[in-house]
Amino acid sequence: MIRKSRALVAGTAALALLFSAAACGGSDDADSNSSGAKPEFNAALSKVFNPSDKKGGTIRLANAGDWDSLDPGETYYGYSWNFLRTYGRSLLMFKPTPGAEGNTLTPDLAEGMGTPSDGGKTWTYKIRQGVKFEDGTPVTSKDVKYAVLRSTDKQTFPNGPAYFEGFLDLPEGYKGPYKSKGVNTDQAISTPDDQTIVFHLKTAFGGFDYLAALPQTVPVPEAKDTGAKYKEHVIATGPYKFETNNLGKNFKLVRNEQWDPATDPNRKALPDAYDVQLNVNADDIDNRLLSGDLDVDITGTGVQPAALGRVVGDPNLKAQTDNPLLPRLWYTSVNPTVAPLDNIDCRKAVQYAADKVGYQTAYGGPLAGGDIATTILPPMIPGYQKFDLYPSADGTGDVAKAKEHLTACGQPNGFETNISYRAERPKEKATAEALQQSLARVGIKLTLKPFPQGDYFSQYAGNPPFVKSNKLGLALNGWGADWNDGFGFLSQIVDSRVIRETGGSSNTSVRIPEVDKMLDTAIAETDQAKRDAQWSPIDKRVMEEAVILPGIVAKSLIIRPKTLSNVFVSEAYNMYDYLSLGVA
Amino acid sequence: MITYIIRRLFAAVVLLFIISAATFSIFYLVPRLVGSTPETLATRYVGRAATPETVHLIAEKLGFYDPIWLQYGRWVKGIFFGADYDLGATVEHCPAPCFGYSFITKTPVWPDLVDRIPVTLSLAIGAAILWLIFGLSIGTLSALRRGSFLDRAAMTFSLAGVSLPIFFTGMIGLLVFSYKLGWTAPGGSYTDFTESPSAWAYALLLPWIVLALQFSAQYARLTRAGMLETMGEDYIRTARAKGLPERDVTVKHGLRAALTPILTIFGLDFGLLLGGAVLTEQVFSLPGLGKYAVDAITNNDLPKVLGVTMMAAFFVVIANLIVDLLYAVVDPRVRLG
Repeated sequence: MIRKSRALVAGTAALALLFSAAACGGSDDADSNSSGAKPEFNAALSKVFNPSDKKGGTIRLANAGDWDSLDPGETYYGYSWNFLRTYGRSLLMFKPTPGAEGNTLTPDLAEGMGTPSDGGKTWTYKIRQGVKFEDGTPVTSKDVKYAVLRSTDKQTFPNGPAYFEGFLDLPEGYKGPYKSKGVNTDQAISTPDDQTIVFHLKTAFGGFDYLAALPQTVPVPEAKDTGAKYKEHVIATGPYKFETNNLGKNFKLVRNEQWDPATDPNRKALPDAYDVQLNVNADDIDNRLLSGDLDVDITGTGVQPAALGRVVGDPNLKAQTDNPLLPRLWYTSVNPTVAPLDNIDCRKAVQYAADKVGYQTAYGGPLAGGDIATTILPPMIPGYQKFDLYPSADGTGDVAKAKEHLTACGQPNGFETNISYRAERPKEKATAEALQQSLARVGIKLTLKPFPQGDYFSQYAGNPPFVKSNKLGLALNGWGADWNDGFGFLSQIVDSRVIRETGGSSNTSVRIPEVDKMLDTAIAETDQAKRDAQWSPIDKRVMEEAVILPGIVAKSLIIRPKTLSNVFVSEAYNMYDYLSLGVA
Repeated sequence: MITYIIRRLFAAVVLLFIISAATFSIFYLVPRLVGSTPETLATRYVGRAATPETVHLIAEKLGFYDPIWLQYGRWVKGIFFGADYDLGATVEHCPAPCFGYSFITKTPVWPDLVDRIPVTLSLAIGAAILWLIFGLSIGTLSALRRGSFLDRAAMTFSLAGVSLPIFFTGMIGLLVFSYKLGWTAPGGSYTDFTESPSAWAYALLLPWIVLALQFSAQYARLTRAGMLETMGEDYIRTARAKGLPERDVTVKHGLRAALTPILTIFGLDFGLLLGGAVLTEQVFSLPGLGKYAVDAITNNDLPKVLGVTMMAAFFVVIANLIVDLLYAVVDPRVRLG
């Protein structure tokens, strides 16, 4: 018996030692930043942390998944667009500076911003002299034209953004340069000389400069294009080029000798190399970041739940983090096609009865979840205005007002409806349960309906006939902007014309003709200040109809690299600016 | 013996075909039966901004409009004769054995599998050596010193080893030995043996130990039970009566007889591991078949899932065949034919 006890004690002690060592991991060296800059919470949120112009060294990055695509014509993730600036130069780019200025555009491959004509239907850009591909070939306007045209071949590049094929005046039936070889496309993009490129649009689009900043305008030399395999060796125009690229495992960027800093006012190009590992265990990434073995979690989506408690609970670790707001709204579609929500007062009752604090808690609270939202537009979108049409004292809902509206809609005792969510997302399930509880306070009985996320929009919550026949009065939803602008954020979620009867649209609940017209007017405006001023009225008009219940504007808790210099959060990408980083 | 091997190999081929048809049906037929259309299947492989026309184009490109038997036949044909894939600017020939083409990464599956086998093999062989050494030694010693402190400590250790899952021991091991003490390599540092044998071993040391910890615990318990049973047999007493040294009695008569069931389990375990040590590879970010399978499933990349399933099934079938052949070596009473 004594022997047994000894063994037990010894085993317990060994385990306790392991746990204590694990719990201490990385927490004792918060002040050990190699530059001497004092780490504090949100130190890199709106200013440069540890500024330095020191060159050299290798930045080590890791991605918990695979890269969506290194091909500028197909990539569609914010982290990838952020990183792509190291090896590719688009016509325009977001300024690599901290604060709100980082959300404004500046010329990159182009000499200046776009010049609109024909009421915003034609946009002209002049390309800088002296820019070369990594093989020394000069970049011309034809390389940009080819890059944009190839990206419209959606059979080859199905995952990329589809703005260009939507706006450009392409010939009828054009399928991209591979399948429509030899077709004259000057009606869509003309290149009068090697330094000039002119985009011709079907309809006026005042915000075309944002499209000119998409990676799809990064030049591609036709002679080196290998279609879907181009991602294996992208021909660089930026300060770095690919030294190795092992798909699904890792790749390394080294200096591109053909990059001329005289042609590039935006890039400091401090490190000698970027070393990127792919498909790395997400929890391991957090541990390595905290121990200094890794510099950057490239997806920038924040720490995993396993490390969250440790980081938040330890002041030293928390001082090594930043907590940016993301241009992503978690919201609930309130479908007016499902009775009794076809009555505006019933929809307003839902707005008043909803407990936004519960919504926030379900998503992980104020740090890892986000800020409570009362508008559709997140605050970082230019033109955003704060308002709350359905206020409650502490964000937990106004039961009395909700009951008033229920009476007005002829359902004084409440009603029954369903709420859908993506089955694989525990946070959405928790949100649906939180709404179920808060709406039950006024007699609105919700039945939870989980659906697989792969087919969520195509077959279920985004499929109008299914929504109606299955009485999905509420559907959990979320949206992130392709870029921080009213068009980028609103066009896919409040324009009724994107709703497809066959399913697949994120918008299922907003069918307001007046809003469609307001969007058209705003989109055609070429003066940015005037255009930005039109987004908030659209936001307010949709909220007046109570067809969207805003939940939270997402936030992430990201671990600041201890080993790097020039660290700041880019307001364009809402993660660290990968172009500006240096090795401390 | 030769006839037996040929018969077993033929059975293995038939089995692999059945597995391939069943797996193909699960991923391609079942969704159709529960209402998925070619378009809804294709929406998984397009971006969020895809128009219905794009979805239709992709469904057409991936052959989702064809009858299921034709899709399966095309896949099987690729294994024997290869296949061509349109990449836009170029057409890529996927030579036989072409186990399909990833819709997402736009790469043929077979080279990926071949590329990842050495990682999984390195992990499995290293760990197997460790767990066999420790498992058999601890089990034998425990059986011979039944009831002693050593026996109890060993069984406590093996209980802990079996009880603690790899995603726990792996993460704790990384935190303590890699990030706190710096003794072992951090996750994601696998290097090919041909590139640097020392870096290879350094990167795999902790994964070997973690994986072996769990398996050696099981094997220690199995060996102990087997040895306790065989050491009580009449022929052991006879061997001792003949005056054989105790070491020979234990190893040549006791352990050898106890090995047969262990060999069976080892064949299954090792075959499964070669199909992908999913948890270990995931925790240590080792680019092996297990990690490949997890990533493929996460990304809904069906051709990859199908390929890795076939590979895992192949290893299990082959490992079992080898075990059956080894029976004859370990136990002279077994005759194959």
